[in-house]
Amino acid sequence: MSSFLIEISTVLVFGIAYSMLLFIISVGLSITMGFMGFANLAHGAFAMIGGYLTVTLVGGSGAPFFVALLVAFVAVALLSSVFERFLYRHLYRRPELDQVLLTIGLVFALTAGVTFIWGPDPQLIQMPDYFKGNVDFGFATFPPYRIFLVVSGAIIVAGLFYGLERTRVGAQIRAAVDNRRMAEACGINTGRIFTWTFALGSGMAALGGGLGIQILGGIKPTFAFEYLVIFLIVVAVGGSGNIRGTFFAALLLGITDFAGKFYFPEGGAFFIFAITIIVLLIRPQGLMGKA
Amino acid sequence: MTTETPTGSVSGAATDAIRAMASRHRIHWAEAIPWIVAIAVFFMLPGYRLLATQILILILFALSLDLIVGYTGIVSLGHTAFFGTGAYVTALLATNGVPDPIFGLAAAAVAAAVLAFLSGWVLLRTHGLTLLVLTMAVTVMLHELANDFDEITGGFDGINFTNSKIFGLVKLDQLWYTSSYLYALGCLFVGFVVIRTIINAPYGRMLIGIRENSTRMAAIGTPVHLRQVTAYMISGAIAGVAGALWVQVQGNVTTAVYSFQMSGDLLIMLILGGTGRLYGAFLGVVVFKILESTTELVLGTDHPYWQFAIGIVLILTVLFARRGLLGLFEDFTARLRGGSR
Repeated sequence: MSSFLIEISTVLVFGIAYSMLLFIISVGLSITMGFMGFANLAHGAFAMIGGYLTVTLVGGSGAPFFVALLVAFVAVALLSSVFERFLYRHLYRRPELDQVLLTIGLVFALTAGVTFIWGPDPQLIQMPDYFKGNVDFGFATFPPYRIFLVVSGAIIVAGLFYGLERTRVGAQIRAAVDNRRMAEACGINTGRIFTWTFALGSGMAALGGGLGIQILGGIKPTFAFEYLVIFLIVVAVGGSGNIRGTFFAALLLGITDFAGKFYFPEGGAFFIFAITIIVLLIRPQGLMGKA
Repeated sequence: MTTETPTGSVSGAATDAIRAMASRHRIHWAEAIPWIVAIAVFFMLPGYRLLATQILILILFALSLDLIVGYTGIVSLGHTAFFGTGAYVTALLATNGVPDPIFGLAAAAVAAAVLAFLSGWVLLRTHGLTLLVLTMAVTVMLHELANDFDEITGGFDGINFTNSKIFGLVKLDQLWYTSSYLYALGCLFVGFVVIRTIINAPYGRMLIGIRENSTRMAAIGTPVHLRQVTAYMISGAIAGVAGALWVQVQGNVTTAVYSFQMSGDLLIMLILGGTGRLYGAFLGVVVFKILESTTELVLGTDHPYWQFAIGIVLILTVLFARRGLLGLFEDFTARLRGGSR
């Protein structure tokens, strides 16, 4: 009985840690899609660049882990707003296919770019000492980093909800996602808000990229495409533009994925695709998307 | 009974419409060029037959994608689902005592069409991002399944197989690609004629109507969903044939036939050449594969240069040449004509 409890709690802690990571990375993508209806397939590449920056800062210049994460966040937020200003802006009114193609082109170029600089092999990160070993919770022991991910993920989720539900800017963002024209008619500068939101979302992706290095087994150039499918699935299942939906989708898919790989290592990734297809067949607009 | 009624002009307009429809099937002399080039390559560049065979098969694959992306307006990032299914059906038939290549192609087409029907019927009720994600999810899921059931599929290492003679006459040769090249060329020609006939038929015009405005098409009585599903099935069947050909000429199949990378590359080739214009598939595949193999020859296979270049090319294509190379060519000839006038 107690071994069963340990098993369940392990699956939950590891699954939720992974879910938090999925949420932190996907939420920016979800807002971008809901806001501008822009299919940004380069979102995974932003996360990848964040991961590489973190690795380099920690490994190369010995910066503390948290400082490296912060730098990665700011750097990628700036970089993405440059892309937004000079590339994406031309395509807001163009068909989805064009947006998909442009951002795939960007993924190719960025993937090649990181291969030039860091090579094709996975880059591993040296974690700070306080994340090593195991923490004993009485009934089971867990690696402290997973616990940290769960806690920090929860704090970020809470912060995002507070920011969006309780602040003026948050209200403006929600208004613009809901009905852009109406928001504009009320005097909200949706263009500027979008640039900020986009930068924030990309920065969060970078943060997620940095946080994920440890549990995803290093960061490598194939990251951008490999995980893009998962991020897109989280957004589609949650309903694009819906933060609460994205959160629940991340939880559902993250825990299912970990549990699937834990109990059926053979058929691993099959389950989340099956869940995705079932959810989207019943609710094509996603769990909490607008009909 | 009155002869004054303007039925004459109405039927005149109708015959004009019929004539316009029929004239779409007429063959322009320039349409012979790709086939002449293909035959010339066979005789003049025998050392490149392997690459050329691959190009021919990829053109067929790209044509099948053009039918849904370019003509019907269904954006798919998962077309390898059909390619891979066709490939595995053919390979598994050959290893289980049905080695006839033509039967293999037919079985691949049927299997891929069934998959397209089952997935299309449900997927095509969604739009935009959801549709994109679902097409991707189906392919990635099949890729996972193929990896998981590696005792059947051979997994990453794949399975080797041999086909019997084509029509009991010629064996597919995997050394000089003599018969393989001609076999692929023949299949491409048949596939091309099928697609050309379809898109020039009223049915094809209907697909273009759906691409342009599905709401209006529904309003004038077109069963939009049904038409989309049938287009998806035809496209899937042809992609299945392309997949079957791909593995038949190699005599080997691996799970790479389901790879997402291939779906992406294929879409890029089509965009590069130009969507919705048939010959865009030809031009795009040829340019892409020749550039790719030249880069590999000059710089080695393990390098990011090619990927970087294709990324930049794709960005520039979307921003400045959305109608592809063929679109640029059309603009160029239009300007020449305008200038001479």
